[in-house]
Amino acid sequence: MKTLTNLPFWLVLLVVAALASAPIVMGNVTMREDFFFILMLVILASSINIIMGYTGYVSFGHIVFFGIGGYIAFYLMQTFQAHFVLAALVGGGVASLIAFLMGSAVLRLRGAYFALATIGINEAFRSFVSNFEPFGGSIGMFFNFSVYDAYGGAKNAGQFAYYAMVALVLATIAASFLVKKSKFGLGLMAIREDQDAAQVLGINPARMKVITYTISAFFPAVAGAIFFFKNGIIEPGPAFELHRSIEALVMVMLGGFGTVTGPIFGAVVYERLRGFLITNPTLSQAHLVIAGALLLIIVLFVPAGLIGWLRQRFTAVRRYLE
Amino acid sequence: MILTIENVSKRFGGLLALDKVSLSVKEGEIFGIIGPNGAGKTTLFNVINGVYPPTGGRIKFRGEDVTGLQPFDMSKRGLARTYQVVRPLTELSVRENVTVGACFGRENLPLEKAEKVADEVIDFVGLSTRRDMLAGKLNVAQKKRLEMARALAARPIVILLDEVLAGLNPNEVADMLTVVRKIRDQGVTIIMIEHLMHAVMNLSDRVFVLDYGAQIAEGTPQEVSNHPKVIEAYLGDPKVAQRFLEGSA
Repeated sequence: MKTLTNLPFWLVLLVVAALASAPIVMGNVTMREDFFFILMLVILASSINIIMGYTGYVSFGHIVFFGIGGYIAFYLMQTFQAHFVLAALVGGGVASLIAFLMGSAVLRLRGAYFALATIGINEAFRSFVSNFEPFGGSIGMFFNFSVYDAYGGAKNAGQFAYYAMVALVLATIAASFLVKKSKFGLGLMAIREDQDAAQVLGINPARMKVITYTISAFFPAVAGAIFFFKNGIIEPGPAFELHRSIEALVMVMLGGFGTVTGPIFGAVVYERLRGFLITNPTLSQAHLVIAGALLLIIVLFVPAGLIGWLRQRFTAVRRYLE
Repeated sequence: MILTIENVSKRFGGLLALDKVSLSVKEGEIFGIIGPNGAGKTTLFNVINGVYPPTGGRIKFRGEDVTGLQPFDMSKRGLARTYQVVRPLTELSVRENVTVGACFGRENLPLEKAEKVADEVIDFVGLSTRRDMLAGKLNVAQKKRLEMARALAARPIVILLDEVLAGLNPNEVADMLTVVRKIRDQGVTIIMIEHLMHAVMNLSDRVFVLDYGAQIAEGTPQEVSNHPKVIEAYLGDPKVAQRFLEGSA
């Protein structure tokens, strides 16, 4: 494929990989913890962008896949002592399967109705898991620390989880890039612009949207598996936390929806901003208010987001900034 | 016959938009469809290319029964169309718009080949200087050309043109007519809905007249323009019209 010889493609992956390896090289554990969380947000934002930015379907409740992947993987590791990598991949696979089935039903809905349906799905899963005894109901599940022995103890497992997150972020960005620059991605953007016209041009929107939703469910699910593996505890609340989903939407809008690098920038900037606000004594209670105001300002004044604006303003950078 | 429509009806609730319409189109001809506003012309296009399934009747395309197929199936089989109200993919460039047509049309080309086809077609319709512009920024005449280019990029066998001349000034009309003739010369069968009479009458090999969802006449442009029912549909009762003209009413 042409994309694989594309300079910006390798450049983005290289920069992200270089930054992500900084805490390891410097041996700074605090920094590693910070980066772990930021990388996770990059994955959430980028995967939402695949369905929202390219296809035009706002998946408000995308966090549901994070929870599903986390729960499935956690259950497999705890109950069957499955290896982490296997458990995470099964978690991702199950989430994709659920996305495929759900998508076949709800992707018929357009606009706000789809967005509402995805919130409904998230809330339904949260309620279900809260009452599902094998998953520990509302108390959730926690690891016996011996689970970490297979990875060289709890300390090394943290390191291992970080490597897994770095690998996943690179895979997510690569997938986002490959989708965007492919024939498939062009079809998605045609659907985003005008679904009826796209159909007349030979595109089967129902099928393409379901495939896209399935792809975009995989990455947050594996991220959930990694996050809760490291966490050692999984509960319905943090697993299906709707406001995290909404924050991820803000990140996509901030960076520029429909671009590959936008959600990456958006996640980093938003997380830094949030970190500043939370630690600031006067503003710490207001960080979600500021996030809301920020979203409003973006939608009103820079609807294309940071990267989108740069691409519109400076045509010369377009070729290098996807 | 490349396209045959047999007794096709389309009902929307209490409204019978198409009433047992039958027609057949020969390979390589320009087939004009005219009729007063609300006669059902665009509905007929929508039924042919699968936007609506017909309520009754059959549609055959290249010897194959295609009744009730989806628009994307029809596109893959070689039927393209343009919309009366243009529908550009506004946030994509002209080139990307046309590439969509080539990618997902009859030949189902891979991206790189489709881009080459798109460039050829853009030159063909005369949009070369606007290639990298966003489609939403084009003017009406350019958007009509874009619609045409996108449909042509699919390398169709039959193309449905829905009022490609509407809203154009006389110069733009002349340019567009040249493009339509060039398409025909490439061997593409054209079915066109048009309100501009001199254009339809000059271009078409045969003309089909629709009024209140039913066929009222079919034939060469001369036959149709002298047909009493056609005159009635456009001007009212021919005898009354005649009396008006003679000033005795």
